[in-house]
Amino acid sequence: MSESVKTRKKFRIRNMSLLVTVLLFIGLFTAGSAAYDRFFSLSTFCNLLNDGSYMIIASIGITFVLLTGGIDISISSTIAFTCVFSAFLLRTGFAAGVVIPLVLLIGLLFGALMGFMIDAYKLQPFIVTLAGQFFMRGLCAVISTESIPITDDFYKKMALNKIIFAGAKIYYYVFIAAVVLIGAMFVLKYTRFGRTVYAVGGNELSASLMGLPVRKTKIMVYSISGFCAALAGVVFSFYTLAGYSLQNVGMEMDAISSAVIGGTLLTGGVGTVIGTTVGVMIQGVIQTIVTYQNLNTWWTKVFSAALLCLFIVIQRILAGRSEKIKDVRGKLEKTA
Amino acid sequence: MEKIKKLSKYQGFWPVIVLLAILLINGIVSGGSFFEIKIVDAHLYGRLIDILRNGSKLMLLATGMTFVLATGGTDISVGSVMAISGAIACSIVDGRILPGAGQNVQVAILLALLGGMLCGAWNGFLVSKIKIQPIVATMILMVAGRGIAQLITDGKIVTVTSDSYYFINGGYILGLPFPLFIVLFVVVLVLLFTKKTAFGLFLESTGCNPVSSHFAGINVNNIKWLVYTFCGVTAAVAGLIESAGIKGADCNNAGLFMELDAILAVAIGGTSLNGGRFSVPASLAGALIIQSITTSVYAMGIAPEITAVVKAVIVICICLFQSPEFKEKMGKRFSGHQQERMAKPV
Amino acid sequence: MSSENMLIQMEHISKSFPGVAALDDVSLELKSGEIHALLGENGAGKSTLIKVLTGVEERDGGSVLLEGVPVFPKSPQDAQKLGISTVYQEVNLCPNLSVAENIYIGREPKKRGSIDWKKINQDSRTLLDRFNLNIDVTKNLDFYSVAVQQMVAIARAVDISAKVLILDEPTSSLSSVEVEKLFEVMHMLKAQGMGILFVTHFLDQVYAVSDTITVLRNGRYVGTYAAAELPKMQLVGKMLGKEYAELDLSSEKEELIGGERECLLEMKQACGPGTISNIDLKIYKGEVLGISGLLGSGRSEIVRLIFGIDHLEQGEISLNSQKLAGKGPLPAIRCGVAFCPENRKTEGIIGDLSIRENIILALQAKKGMLRAISRADAERIADKYIKMLEIKTPSQEQRAKNLSGGNQQKVILARWLATDPQLLMLDEPTRGIDVGTKAEIQKIIVGLAEQGMTVVFISSEIDEMLRCCSRMIVLRDRKKVGELSGKEIAESAVMSLIAGGVKNGENKEAV
Repeated sequence: MSESVKTRKKFRIRNMSLLVTVLLFIGLFTAGSAAYDRFFSLSTFCNLLNDGSYMIIASIGITFVLLTGGIDISISSTIAFTCVFSAFLLRTGFAAGVVIPLVLLIGLLFGALMGFMIDAYKLQPFIVTLAGQFFMRGLCAVISTESIPITDDFYKKMALNKIIFAGAKIYYYVFIAAVVLIGAMFVLKYTRFGRTVYAVGGNELSASLMGLPVRKTKIMVYSISGFCAALAGVVFSFYTLAGYSLQNVGMEMDAISSAVIGGTLLTGGVGTVIGTTVGVMIQGVIQTIVTYQNLNTWWTKVFSAALLCLFIVIQRILAGRSEKIKDVRGKLEKTA
Repeated sequence: MEKIKKLSKYQGFWPVIVLLAILLINGIVSGGSFFEIKIVDAHLYGRLIDILRNGSKLMLLATGMTFVLATGGTDISVGSVMAISGAIACSIVDGRILPGAGQNVQVAILLALLGGMLCGAWNGFLVSKIKIQPIVATMILMVAGRGIAQLITDGKIVTVTSDSYYFINGGYILGLPFPLFIVLFVVVLVLLFTKKTAFGLFLESTGCNPVSSHFAGINVNNIKWLVYTFCGVTAAVAGLIESAGIKGADCNNAGLFMELDAILAVAIGGTSLNGGRFSVPASLAGALIIQSITTSVYAMGIAPEITAVVKAVIVICICLFQSPEFKEKMGKRFSGHQQERMAKPV
Repeated sequence: MSSENMLIQMEHISKSFPGVAALDDVSLELKSGEIHALLGENGAGKSTLIKVLTGVEERDGGSVLLEGVPVFPKSPQDAQKLGISTVYQEVNLCPNLSVAENIYIGREPKKRGSIDWKKINQDSRTLLDRFNLNIDVTKNLDFYSVAVQQMVAIARAVDISAKVLILDEPTSSLSSVEVEKLFEVMHMLKAQGMGILFVTHFLDQVYAVSDTITVLRNGRYVGTYAAAELPKMQLVGKMLGKEYAELDLSSEKEELIGGERECLLEMKQACGPGTISNIDLKIYKGEVLGISGLLGSGRSEIVRLIFGIDHLEQGEISLNSQKLAGKGPLPAIRCGVAFCPENRKTEGIIGDLSIRENIILALQAKKGMLRAISRADAERIADKYIKMLEIKTPSQEQRAKNLSGGNQQKVILARWLATDPQLLMLDEPTRGIDVGTKAEIQKIIVGLAEQGMTVVFISSEIDEMLRCCSRMIVLRDRKKVGELSGKEIAESAVMSLIAGGVKNGENKEAV
């Protein structure tokens, strides 16, 4: 009688969209290679990693939040704050060994605070993290409105040390991004917390009825996002060796786009950090092509926005199929 | 006393009181110089006039944003739309695009407004027809908008030399700055439209309960579409004022963070971010509060960036007061009376 | 009373929400190895009782004993730890996770600190085998049909704790084959000694599986009966509020002249999306047509279809011989159709608007946005209906959410009367409101019909249907099963139609 089980044929978003993302990356890379000399090389690829490592870290953080169906638009300010504050502390004479753990802790706690407000008082994540964005940006300015250079030896070492592999340079901080990526993949796949993140995004009500710690999880993802933003800030200060209060303005939108292009559903529950990473690299390729074409960098924005739009509309169409079920569910939740 | 009680029922009451308080504190701190208004060449000058003039962009944005928030949505693309409209207008006045228009300022303004309208209509389309969450839908234009603006100006900062274009920001009529008249015109138009047609009723109804509204025969989708389109137009007007103020189009910085200020202004005005009851005058008061905070921070010689911190704290407080969970927790801690008082400014 | 295999004893349970007593002195007993059906119409208190039992709501009074020990579950998790699991109609699992994960999430087996996926998949395969379910457990849950999802939910529930299983309307969206499968599983679990509490609206299913039946009505306990000893007709009587013995007391209807009356609305072979099938229906001018049937029989779906809320899949609806467009409510309103939906709070009233605004809303929508009703006119209209319907409020500027349920209902009624409709459709207009207002609303309905308005009336309470309707159609399982007019309208007739033939047990229609 088990043969009679009726299965509903459904598009499996999870694997398909990762495939699409990877194909898109390969397609863009190939197109670039075909169009320009010297584009196709390991060093072009490695430069994507070098330039994108801080972005990868921040985007992975935000992916956790997006997976639960939330949003965090404070990360660019947290990055800026981390840079400015570390630069300030280093100039005052603190050692790198003190500064780095401290700024990471601040990022973590700040994320946790926002998560708490969102969870405990049922505030809209968008508004809370918007306020967080203002707050951090303001604090940057309180510390300094000028760019503060970093002259610390450890930072310099991190900025300049690299391994050279087949003519391509890979800076040390790329490995930080790699560790974060592997760590995030492990957490999301092999820990109870990671699976709860997906469950919350899939159906928050169900998750809580199944006895999962929904509230704790929600606070945790914002903490992770804050922590990753701070870590991205540290990497970014390696990269630029300076802290400036207005850097990375609007970067959170790039991070969100990366996640979406990488297959994360903004409604939550679906997405992978590896997809997000490829999403960051896609934006990097677009930027590289734009540079090769001698176009202004703003073309990057237009292209990524077009991609973003395309992905969102596709997601929307796919989601439309199960709309009816969700509608009913929504109504039930409202009446409950 | 009775009268005050009656007045306090209006949504705009508390924002206006707060605004007056801020102005008063400024006046006291500055020893009265804050309220000084000089007349030079039959033009009024002074801090208050500055607040009005500089606040005009925010007032316009807040007007459009009020409607969007009243439907329970958000539009975070207004800053980018401002950049687009400035880029269109300046490029035409400069003769960079549409040389056929002969650098005509009227044509430039008209096309800039049309551009803003198209942007708004696009947002409205995504929200009402494709049914994408408003934040996400408008995020697309937010990301792309500055790029589009750059496309129009070819990536350069376009400067214009046209006195009639400058007039949009710097002009005076009857001794008052011209942008004020723009705000007045738009607000009067909006108030007439909301009061003389059933638009206001339909909008509030949609924001309170879209399902019931649909069942009562209201075309909820069209209302949303209209609202986003209008928000695009107000953003375009604000963009014109901004670009006339800096005498050119700076696509990277025009209207930067303005969307956040606009949302904040409406929230301070007491319109719930979840939609429903709205008041345009209250949002205008909210916009002026933000502007006067900015201006007074300047006047006190503190770094202007700190306003961001102040704004952040205000936003969170307002949201907390609107949150039933917060009220409940506070209610347990304090007596009911206090809770009522705390909830009132919302 | 306290026999050994008694699992749950709920005694004198009461629970009230602001303004409504949802449960009033309700008792329920569940033995192990028993399938116990809990029945009642809308607002009877079934779901509240289950919520109290599973810790979603706290009870105001009464006691719950689990195997003789008093318990006080504070959350569904709490209840689950005690051994009480619930499976809802809307499957409460995560569609984006795999089947195996849905079974084990929150209690995953681990190996060296990380989740042991191999074991999860193996264990769930073994578990589902017990349910005769042989599926790929690594596929996402939403890959499978609702029936499978439900089975997975039951498997999870049973695997966590196997004492009491509550099935809350599990069969509403299943096909008859799937229902059969579910019943097999229920019998299997019963044989293992579990107590199963089964909530459903389908009477045939009640008789197919249950041992015992408990009926609730209006938050009160009606009785507990052995299924084998309670004829279906009597059961319907108990659910709808009339004892079988006292039927046909007060139904002296004058015979209306059939056939010659003008037809206002005609429905031909109408099918909705999974709601009703091939319904033919005529509504005559000036009548009060009752649509009768249990919840889920398709009674609400018919009016939603006419009003253009649901999409008509097949067939035709015409008003005054003109086809209704069926694209949203506005065209229907313009044709003179009005509709008070079943769900007053979420679909009817707009709580933050004033009474005046609520009343003129539909009229304004009908006139169009640009032709605003002036303030003076609006006040006049609102005033007229506040007086006419005796809406109790200090002023018409009062926000609608501050009114009582009955007065809110009157406001919605006023909203539609203001549009001067030809056809007024009321879906459960008296649900959840006090007895006095109920009678008033019934009076209003009859009065309107006397003035020539056509009314379609839906109610779970057979009494008020009998009182108000001049003709009645009866639905069962989304199909029209009968039509009564004039003197034929009697409780016995209606109930036997609802119950599906007088003899119970014989009727084995597909669900």
